[in-house]
Formats: sequence, structure tokens, C-alpha cells
Amino acid sequence: MSLNKEQVKEIAQLAKLSINDSEIEQSTIELNNILSLMAELGEIETDHVEPMAHPLEMSQRLREDVVSETDLSEEFQAIAPKTGKHHFLVPTVIE
Amino acid sequence: MTWETVIGLEIHSQLNTKSKIFSGASTEFGAEPNTQACAVDLGLPGVLPVLNKEAVNMALRFGLAVNAKINQHSIFARKNYFYPDLPKGYQISQFETPIVGKGVINISTEEGDSKMVGITRAHLEEDAGKSIHDLYEDYSAIDLNRAGTPLLEIVSEPDMRSAKEAVAYAKKIHALVQYIGICDGNMQEGSFRCDANVSIRKKGTEKLGTRAELKNINSFKFLEKAINIEIERQQDILEDGGEVIQETRLYDATKNETRSMRTKEEANDYRYFPDPDLLPVDIEDELLTEIKNSLPELPTEKKNRFVSEFGLSDYDAENLTAQKSLADYYEAMLNDGAEAKLAANWVMGELSAALNKNQMDVQDSPISARELSELVKRISDDTISGKIAKDVFKAMWEGNGRVDDIIESQGLKQMTDVGAIEDIIDGIIADNSQQVEQFKAGNTKLLGYFVGQVMKATQGKANPKQVNQILNDKLS
Amino acid sequence: MHTLSVAALSKSLKNKEFSSVELTQHYLDRINRSDLNAFITVTDELALSQARAADAKLANGSGSVLTGIPFAHKDIFCTKGVKTSAGSKILDPFISPYDATLSHKLNTENMVMLGKTNMDEFAMGSSNENSFYGPVKNPWNKKMVPGGSSGGSAAAVAGRLSPFATGTDTGGSIRQPSSLCGITGIKPTYGRVSRYGMIAYASSLDQAGPMTQTAEDAALVLNAIAGFDEKDSTSALRDVPDYTKSLRDSIKGLKIGIPKEFFSDGLDSGVEKVIMESMKEFEAMGAELQEISLPNSAYAIPTYYIVAPCECSSNLSRLDGVRYGYRCKDPKDLNDLYLRSRSEGFGDEVKRRIMIGTYALSAGYYDAYYLKAQKVRQLISEDFKKAFQNVDIIMGPVSPTTAFELGAIKDPVSMYLADIYTLSANLAGLPGMSIPAGFSNNLPVGLQMIGNYWSEEVLLNAAHQFQTQTDWHSVLPENI
Repeated sequence: MSLNKEQVKEIAQLAKLSINDSEIEQSTIELNNILSLMAELGEIETDHVEPMAHPLEMSQRLREDVVSETDLSEEFQAIAPKTGKHHFLVPTVIE
Repeated sequence: MTWETVIGLEIHSQLNTKSKIFSGASTEFGAEPNTQACAVDLGLPGVLPVLNKEAVNMALRFGLAVNAKINQHSIFARKNYFYPDLPKGYQISQFETPIVGKGVINISTEEGDSKMVGITRAHLEEDAGKSIHDLYEDYSAIDLNRAGTPLLEIVSEPDMRSAKEAVAYAKKIHALVQYIGICDGNMQEGSFRCDANVSIRKKGTEKLGTRAELKNINSFKFLEKAINIEIERQQDILEDGGEVIQETRLYDATKNETRSMRTKEEANDYRYFPDPDLLPVDIEDELLTEIKNSLPELPTEKKNRFVSEFGLSDYDAENLTAQKSLADYYEAMLNDGAEAKLAANWVMGELSAALNKNQMDVQDSPISARELSELVKRISDDTISGKIAKDVFKAMWEGNGRVDDIIESQGLKQMTDVGAIEDIIDGIIADNSQQVEQFKAGNTKLLGYFVGQVMKATQGKANPKQVNQILNDKLS
Repeated sequence: MHTLSVAALSKSLKNKEFSSVELTQHYLDRINRSDLNAFITVTDELALSQARAADAKLANGSGSVLTGIPFAHKDIFCTKGVKTSAGSKILDPFISPYDATLSHKLNTENMVMLGKTNMDEFAMGSSNENSFYGPVKNPWNKKMVPGGSSGGSAAAVAGRLSPFATGTDTGGSIRQPSSLCGITGIKPTYGRVSRYGMIAYASSLDQAGPMTQTAEDAALVLNAIAGFDEKDSTSALRDVPDYTKSLRDSIKGLKIGIPKEFFSDGLDSGVEKVIMESMKEFEAMGAELQEISLPNSAYAIPTYYIVAPCECSSNLSRLDGVRYGYRCKDPKDLNDLYLRSRSEGFGDEVKRRIMIGTYALSAGYYDAYYLKAQKVRQLISEDFKKAFQNVDIIMGPVSPTTAFELGAIKDPVSMYLADIYTLSANLAGLPGMSIPAGFSNNLPVGLQMIGNYWSEEVLLNAAHQFQTQTDWHSVLPENI
């Protein structure tokens, strides 16, 4: 599966990465090189194989429903790029 | 052109656990901004989710209450998209294997029609935070207190065919989640959110039309209006030869219209994949049995019991069982000896009106079930008339004492002395010979006039039934 | 002092031959003189205050075997009040408000954190050339790379800037730099050590582990850091044995499997020679060698380079300039905030892997890539399961070559291909170790040992026995 520049631009948009026109050529080549590595997987027969999501054969452990966290908002907001009136601020979003 | 409307509802029900679905932060409503968002909720680098047991139990309660297939091996998946109120850049949700599978629920509409609506699935996921756009001119302000609150997303089959059916379904689910104690149903606070998928098609066709998803609806009244205005909009488009676009539309309650929403929902590829930080949730048979046995009598069962035991209509039973607290109040009245139909009328009538007017819940009613049942019994035993009872009700509401005391002190007892009533009636007949002639000539409507005169003369204390009977005898 | 192992230092501290403060100052001086660029942050003041607290504990006879011992901490672990960058510009401003479980455990032992070590950005790399803070130099030859992604940790230990260091291994990031720098490193079984507070690269592959001078030291540190953590859903509810107890057991009869697929064309002959010699040592100790096959091992590369990018593309979405970390200057709208913060904040390799992962998970490609890779992962694990029915340990090379020159490998794919021997253990979740086994062209060669699930004791025992018979782990780079 080989990508063209348009597809690379779309992927970048999904991933919120900007690739400008001077970089797009190089990026496309690099990505396609990596993808050709993946093509090998097509050789193996896996129709009856279960996908392995986890090395551990465990079930999800459940936590008791208790409040265990305290208010650390001051510490958390102290490291934020921009805050105001106890909120995290971003440029205005229009819905 | 006859159009058929097809509606499916997606309901997000906030589960009322004490802590969040994947962290130990509190879920209490109304806290100062960002004081209930811990490291995990903030999506700091390196943090990890751990699943809340109670959220799982609540999802199972719902599944069992709608006779759904429970997926005893379910997986959490990441739904990836960027938005400032979504701290990790993905929402932990469920995709291919939700905890609750196909179920069904019975609804009845105002007209008294009953119908089965399918539930496609219900799954667990985490809520996002809130974006506030009017705190600053140039910024949107993000409060992450809500981020991580457990949600149960309940998806219906597209089985509804009118706004009224959709509302009936929404109300049924609303009642159910409160009945089984998993959600407080507070639509103003956002604990219960309904999105409607609406499409139309030519009647008789199988293929579904293109649907629009309606959001931002926070009351049943608006749900009905939003759906109806959307149906109109789609009909206009199709009748003009146009095509309906698949999109998300926000309902504007002030303008009563829907408008297209342009943000995160735009053509997003969510790239779902199983969350590698969480393991599969495996539910044992024993747990299911335990939960099933702990479920209270469900709304449908209660409704059916009210119909069969108390002889109520489907519609009345549906309304009385809409809220568990209301149903309990009503049953307490009956246990005290109140007559079923009369009690039902009073609960759904005067009591509900007073509660609504004062924006109260039945739990906060100043008139207890026992006291209201006393009042109803006094009507049944002819001590007072229904009309007078309304005055007594008002007095009780204001805290002026118990039923019998009020009746006594205000001298409201009905006149039951037939002789006395006859005398008064004779007097009125004598004084109103013109009307008597007109009545005998065929103007039967004038009976009301005579009744009114008798009531005036007796200060409303005559028993209306008796008055009617005696008047009819004397005037015929 | 700086050539002593953790075990030796522990005895010396207990015997009051010197204090923790003296020891700490000694290392801090060495670090400040060093040009290896092994550290991103040196925490002088914090270290000395921790050393003083440790000395107090040692004075009244309380404290554990690790009390007062200094260590270098990979900058991927969150440390409260201390910058935690993961080697990236996007976290350059990030002062962590909380401690990783692993950080907390080491603090509980009253250990002394010298600083945060340099690493490939977000653990993506095999040479430590992908760091925002510049490349790390290999103490054996400063023109060479130390390996990655735990390159700073490996260089710090090899250069004796610290008695041991912490590392993480997703595709070989403990084992490979250990091999290239001539030190001992162990990646435990997946789930053995908590991942809470360890900045995530690929969640189903990441594991933390010690990078030390000896197997005994690795056992001492593993004792302290292993164990169940309720904050990590993928942490195993399993007792931690005393890993030092079985170090001295005889390995007579130990069955060692040598995968034929690990000895093919790509393997440098000098490296191969060292590996084969070390096998003879094991035979001399009574172990039995046999050839085994891991038929699907070649597919480890495409499998890993799908699974890891997919998981990381999602894990790194939280780096958006909104709540912490780097935010671009004067964003004009939300989209601009995201695009510029991320594009300016992430390095090229990270962006490549995010792009690959985003593509592989996108609509229409999930089945062909991610799902397929997880199935092949199952097959790779099954190869190991079959092998471990007949052998106790699998041995072979860690890396096809010794350390290469800084700047020599520019092509990403060529870099990926060098991970061929280490990736499978991560995909299967098995424990893996690298121990110094000799030299080729004056550069260290590591011997890899892969064990069955939860068999860290077997690995450590075999490694320790090898280290009683050989001296490779004691050889120091020039001018140390």
C-alpha cells in the first residue's frame, strides 16, 4: 500500500501535525519506505489466529467506588501554559 | 406524498457513582472548576486508568432491566479525536463488544398505544469536560471536573415513528434509570442527555432515509419540538427535490429550529482500537444472578400491576409509575384505604400541579401520602364534595392542619340532609319560573344554571350528585 | 568509589567507610566533568538532601540494602517537582506534579537521585540520537552511539557516573544500549513492574528495568521496583520473590536454546564469535545447548513497527499544548494551537511513528495492519511457548553489530532493522536480559538471554554464574 501526497496530508491533519509543502515529498517517501516493511505481513496466513491484545492473560481488575483524590488544582494549573479564573484557556472555539 | 418518520435515540446517562469511571476523583455536581480533576482525569503523561466496579454493576443493572444480552467479555476501546475538553485526545469507550447487547423496552403513548422499542446496545464510556465560551472574549475556558464521569450510552433501534413515541421512549428510559438507582435523571444538570437521529422516507419503503443527528436537547418538551421541526425541515427539502445531508444539528430552543454544527463531529475518523491500558472485563454468572436478584420492581412490572390490581388505565398507570417516588406515594395512599381511581386522579391532578408549580419533588411534598389519602377518603364517604376538597387541599398545602380539622373549623361538610336540599330546590324552582319553563321546553343546558343556584344557596356544600338527581326528579 | 557495584557500596555504607553524602558528591563531580551528555537534568541539591536523609537512616541502623545508594533515573519517569522531559521539546517545560510509582519506590528506599538521564525522544530510537537535548556519547568510544532509547542511562553506568540507572524497554531499549555499552540490563516480564508514571510509548510493550554493573545489582534493584500496583491495570497481581536468593544456584543441566534464526546473514561475524564463545562458558558450567527455531521471528520487525506506532499515535495525543508542556507562541485559533505546538514540539522520528500509527488505525486499514499485526504477535508468542517446552532459557545476540558511529545510520528503516533480535521478547511479553560477553573491534558485545514468563530468577541466576566465570562486566572504558 503506497501513499500519495494527498493521503499524507490527510493523515497529518488527523494527527494534528503540520507538514508544509517543502517537507511533504520527503515525508511521503519516508512513510512509504516504512510501509513497504509492513507488506511482509501479508505473506503469513492468520485466518484462524486470535489477535493478541495483551501479553497477560488477565481480566480487568475492578476498583472500589470511593473518592480517593483530593483537590490539587493549584499544582496542576501552576504548570499549565495558560489559565484564567481557574480554567485552562485555549483560543476561542466556535461550536 | 406520505412520509414516514424514523427516529432512533442515543441517550447518555451519567451513572451516579461516587468516583469517576477510571479515577478516584469525586463526581459531585457543582464543584469549583477543576477541583475534581485529578492527574488521571487531566491526562498527565504517564497516568493510567483503573475501572470503577460500581460503574460496571450499574451497567449490568440496566442490561438486566431491559432483558438485554449481557456480553460477559467486553472490551474498552479508544475513540480518538482532538478537542480541548478531551484531555487525552481520546475518549475511553466501547466499540465492538459493549457490555450490554440487544434488549427491548415497552412504551405507551398519550393516545394509549403500546409498542416495543428495541435497544441496540448500551456501553460504558467516560464523559468529557466542559468548554465555556463566554467567560473570556478571546478564549474558551476548559473545566475538567466532568472529565471521567461514567456514562452509559444507550442506543435504541430506529423503531420510533413519531416525536411522541420518541418522547415516550425517552421518558421510559428516564424513569427506568432512576428506578434502578443508576442515574438521578437530572436533565438540567446534564445527567441525562438525549440525542435524536431523525430521518424520513416514503411510506412503504424499506430503505432508511439520510439522517440528521440532533443535539443540545435538555427537556422532553424540547425533544418533541426539535424532532417535529426537523421532520418539517427534511420534508421541505425532499419535497423541493433536494437531498438531506447527514450531519449533526444543534437545537436552538429560543428560535425553535435546528442548525448545522461545525466542530469536532466533522467527518472524523475515530480510529477505534482496544485500549491497551485496560484488560477485558469478564463478568461471572454469579455476579449477574446477584444483580438480577437485587433489582427492584421495574416500571413496566409496576405499571402492569397497577393496571391489573387497581383497575387503572394504561395511561394512568404509566404516568403514576413514571417516577418511583410518585408510585410509592400513590401506593402508600392505597394502603391507607384510599380508593384507587380517585387517588390516581388526585395524585396526577392537584398534587402534581402543586408540585410542578413549586418545582418540588414528591418527596418534598408538604402533604404526606397519609394526609392526602385522608382527604380522598372524605370525598369517597361523601363528607365533602370534590370541589370543596380542592379548597381543603390548598389549606393543607399551606400547613393549616389535618383534613378533619380543616373541614370542621371551616364548616365545609357537605349537606346530606335530603329534606333540606329539597326545600332549597323548591325555593329556587319557585323563584325561577321563566327558566323552569325554558328547561321544560327543551333547553336542558339550563340544568347547570339550577345546580349553580343551589350551590350558591348552600355555599357549595350540597352534594352535587344528590342535587342533580332531585332537580331532575322535580323538573320532569 | 565509582567502580564499586551497588552490592559493594551498600556494604561500605553500612560499614561507614564513607557516607552517602560523600558518595553522592563524588558522583556529582564526575557528572559535572563528563562530556558524555548522559544527563538532561542533574539534581545536585535534591541528591545531597536525599543523601543526608539516607545518612541519618544509616546512622541509626534503619534503612534497607539500597539506602544511600545513588542512581540515575531515565527521564521517562515522572519525578515530582523535577523536570520530566522524555527527551522531548514538547515536555521541556514540564515539571511533573507527581511521582511515578517506580520513582516513589526508590524514594521509599531512601535512595539518592543524581539526575534524569538523556534518552531518545519518547523512547523511540536505538541510538539516543533522537533527543531534543542532543546525542549521548558511548564511553567506550565517544564517536560512537551508546544505543537507545535508554542511551543516557547506559552511558551513565558504563562511564561510572552512577552505580546503576533505571531504563525502559519497548523494543530493546534496555538490552540494546546495555549491549553497546558493556553493562547488564534486564527487561522484566510485562506486568512485573508498574507503568504508572512512566510516560507511555507503546502501552502493551513498555516495561521498566534496572541497568547495572552486575546481575547481582540487577537483582537487588528488581527486588525494590517489582510488584503489583493498584494504579496500573496491567500490573500483575503476583508475589515478588527475593531475586538475590537463587543467584548462586548451580546451572548444571540448564537447557539453553539457541535460535537458528538469530544467526543469519545480518549478524556481524565479530559479534557472532563473542556470542559463540560465551555459549562455551555456559557449557563449561554444565548447561546443555540445543538449537531451536523461532520460525516467525523475522516478522517481529513489521509487527512491532505497526503495533508500537499505533499505540503511540494515540498515547501522544494528550500532548496538545493545552494543559501542560510546550505551547506554540500566539496561536491564532485552536487548530493552529494543536498543529504548531505538536509540530514544533515533536522531533522527526516521533512524527514519523505518529503518522504511521494514525494511518494504520484509520478507517479501512485497521484489519490489514493493526489487527493483522496482533495476530502475528500471537504466532510469535506461540513460537516461544513451544520452545520453552524444551528449554529453560533462550540465548543469542542482542544487536547485529557493536556500537556504530554517531550520524552513521540516517535512514529510519535501516535503524529499525537493527532491532531484529530484541523485538520478539517485547511482543510476547517475556523477560529479557543483556550481559557483557566480550569485545569486538574494542567495542562491547552483549549476550541476550530470554526467559519464560516470570522467570527473572532463572535469567539472573544464569547471568550471575556467567559473571563468576568471566570478567567482561568488570572491564572499564579508558580513562574512567
